[in-house]
Amino acid sequence: MRLNRFILVLLLALLAACGSSTTHSSSGSQTTAYIQNKGSDTIVNLALAWAEKYQSEHPDVSISVTGGGSGTGIAALLNKTVDIANASRQMQAEEIKQAKANGFDPVEFVIARDAIAVIVNPSNPVSQLTMQQISDIYSGKIDNWSQVGGENRPIVRLSREVNSGTHVYFRDTVIRLGDPKNKTLFATDTLLLPSSEGIISEIRQNPNAIGYDGLGYVPADLKKVAVARNAGGPYVLPSIATVNDKSYPIARDLYMYTAGQPTGAIKAYLDWIVSPEAQTIVANLGFVPIK
Amino acid sequence: MQKPHTFDRFLIQRLGISFISLVAALTMIPIIVVFGYIIFRGAPAISWQFLAAMPRDGMRAGGILPAIVGTFYLTLGTAVFSVPIGIAAAIYLSEYARENWITRLIRIAIINLAGIPSVVYGLFGLGLFVLFLKFGTSILSASLTLSIMTLPVIISAAEEALRAVPQSFRTVSISLGGTRWQTIRKIVLPQALPGIITGVILGLERAAGETAPILFTGAAFFLPHLPNSPLDATMALPYHLFVISTQVPGMPIQIQYGTALVLIVFVLGMNIAATVIRSRARAKRQW
Amino acid sequence: MKKSLTWTETLITAVIKTCGYSAIVFVILIFFFLLREGVPTLAEVKLGELFSTRWYPIEAHYGILPLITGSVIVTVGAMLIAIPFGIGTAVFLSEIAPRWLREILKPLVELLGGLPSVVLGFLGILVLTPYLRILLNLPTGLTALAGALLLGGIAVPTTVSIAEDALDSVPQGYREGALALGATKWQTIWRVTLPAAKSGVLTALMLGIGRTIGETMAVMMVTGNAPVMAVKLSSIVSPVRTMTATIAAEMGEVANGSTYYHVLFFIGLVLFLISLVVNIIASSVVFKSKKRAERVLS
Repeated sequence: MRLNRFILVLLLALLAACGSSTTHSSSGSQTTAYIQNKGSDTIVNLALAWAEKYQSEHPDVSISVTGGGSGTGIAALLNKTVDIANASRQMQAEEIKQAKANGFDPVEFVIARDAIAVIVNPSNPVSQLTMQQISDIYSGKIDNWSQVGGENRPIVRLSREVNSGTHVYFRDTVIRLGDPKNKTLFATDTLLLPSSEGIISEIRQNPNAIGYDGLGYVPADLKKVAVARNAGGPYVLPSIATVNDKSYPIARDLYMYTAGQPTGAIKAYLDWIVSPEAQTIVANLGFVPIK
Repeated sequence: MQKPHTFDRFLIQRLGISFISLVAALTMIPIIVVFGYIIFRGAPAISWQFLAAMPRDGMRAGGILPAIVGTFYLTLGTAVFSVPIGIAAAIYLSEYARENWITRLIRIAIINLAGIPSVVYGLFGLGLFVLFLKFGTSILSASLTLSIMTLPVIISAAEEALRAVPQSFRTVSISLGGTRWQTIRKIVLPQALPGIITGVILGLERAAGETAPILFTGAAFFLPHLPNSPLDATMALPYHLFVISTQVPGMPIQIQYGTALVLIVFVLGMNIAATVIRSRARAKRQW
Repeated sequence: MKKSLTWTETLITAVIKTCGYSAIVFVILIFFFLLREGVPTLAEVKLGELFSTRWYPIEAHYGILPLITGSVIVTVGAMLIAIPFGIGTAVFLSEIAPRWLREILKPLVELLGGLPSVVLGFLGILVLTPYLRILLNLPTGLTALAGALLLGGIAVPTTVSIAEDALDSVPQGYREGALALGATKWQTIWRVTLPAAKSGVLTALMLGIGRTIGETMAVMMVTGNAPVMAVKLSSIVSPVRTMTATIAAEMGEVANGSTYYHVLFFIGLVLFLISLVVNIIASSVVFKSKKRAERVLS
């Protein structure tokens, strides 16, 4: 019957797909070490570039990379469903406590450094802001660009999602100006976009928008704002140099966490990540190498 | 005295019909524009390379093979679980069940399953399959989640197809000595098969296009190879489109549109197949 | 041979019966799971806090009201689009269009219904939101309006499909009777056919609403995800955050068993209950088939 033939064709197609999958993975079918890497969306593209380079040199290792936010990666590490968690913030006290309760000590590795750029649309005349001004913009105290020297336009605040390490870092360092007692929050109408790229594409076409993102995510055609720690101080643009000499105030370390001390393939991978070869990739992607 | 009245009514009718036609046109035009635009901007990206190669350079180049294969596996997995249970349930409702309160409860349950938001299915799948049963983020978890979501569609369509078979077919079979199951297996089911297949395809079409249920149960951002077992996570077309349009910087717009095109061709190909099967079956119907 | 026949028959019948009850089992299972993971919220978060207006869960602000208002405003907006366009198109297809046109257009509408929402979201962020910002001179195009337009597009095919079936089920005798009494075609549609199909059309609308409230990906991509209280009229052109987008965006982050985890399941429970209510209303208004209507006529 016609139907039988149709089903037969479908099954053959399925087998063909299975066949092609085996040829693809046959190169890794001997002792394949499988590393699962999950977490920060800031780090995800860097992690992907690393995974690709490492796998091309070590075909017996297979690395899968997923994003979801620093919180996601750490949660997965606590649930023991990943080998390496990527985080753009440090693990918090409760998370470390949870890890110990689940039977392991998390081990922290600094794998790169990152500057958080404050970005605006290229047509926006504002080129410099103090930390206090940025804090007031994001907490809602300043609503219009004219209040900071720009045009008469409403300010549209863009932010990463609450599960993003970048979000948490920005809140603590910029909005709360590094004061742990400060409990200021983002203005309620801040757009919490689910990805870094979402922020970029909105700023690219919206002259009212302000956002923040890891330097590695900011393409050359967007305008970075020079930031000063205090009203009188020098206004500094983010770059590898200003991060390393600590003149740019919004810079941070990027981390990878493992459950306990890593061994075997995971250790080899992490050792490679802090090597000069991998750190060149860091610079190529717009982050700051650790040396 | 009558003339002005008649004039009024027909004028209203002409205006009304024009207005409704306008409304319908305004509905149709966006549909055509949406499809046309995606085809127009996506077609240049389509090549054998694009469909059959693995992604390179942070997924900004190369192909989308793992996403296509992943969606295929997920659809297959969904079919494996939902089709047998769905058809069996439909047979029960159509051939065995009496019209009592339990049957009405089943029907209410089916309508409710159909209405549950897809993200709630994702939540449920996460809680039950990924965490509680410890299947982890895998094709298995995602397929099980998707199949519960697909079940109501298949049951409804299959039941309707079974009911459409005239009662006389069954009566004749039983009068010739057949048992209930023999009647179903040899007479009713084959007659209802085209309708059932249509329903199955439409259900699987929805499963293939959904993102929320697989977000926490099976989808991966990037895997270096195709999935080897049902316990692997997998890339999938809808999640891949979401990721490349919102998470990856510097993603060429061509690849985004190309992926969108592949997804809608996959999904709508199923839709068209179902429609074709339905109309051909209607033509060949023996009653 | 007869014995083995009965054996297999009994076994198969048992399997079929089990599958028949499976739908109830799954609904109960889902409800139970949501309950089990969501109800601890009520113990861990004070009711006043839960229904406050601040959603900032990483610092224990668990106010879900902004999320509920976000979902509501997007749904209302979508229905305002889907109802006129959906019913209008259904009327057109069923009563006005010539047969050949209907055969072309009906599959076209069903084709739209099959479009995955992530594709609409994708087009939304690339094409719709910039356009909205420029056209309506808004601070940003990522708004409830963008979400409502996309969801209207998703709800329309469902509405058209069911409403058109309902209108089709109205026996031809109704229309002929009206025409014979001197009514115009237009008057027949609005005073006879549509009221006769009333319950089917209402079912179509309720299912459209259900589909809209539950939509996730499209809204997550275009509504801006800002947890504001969307209660003013101007909220339709401001960013909002829906319940569904919140779960999808934040679920990955939570540690299993934490308060945050329970709250997200609680939101899922709320969504489940809303869809339950909508579906019960829809099924109680369910439209009678053609056969029963004809029984009444004859």
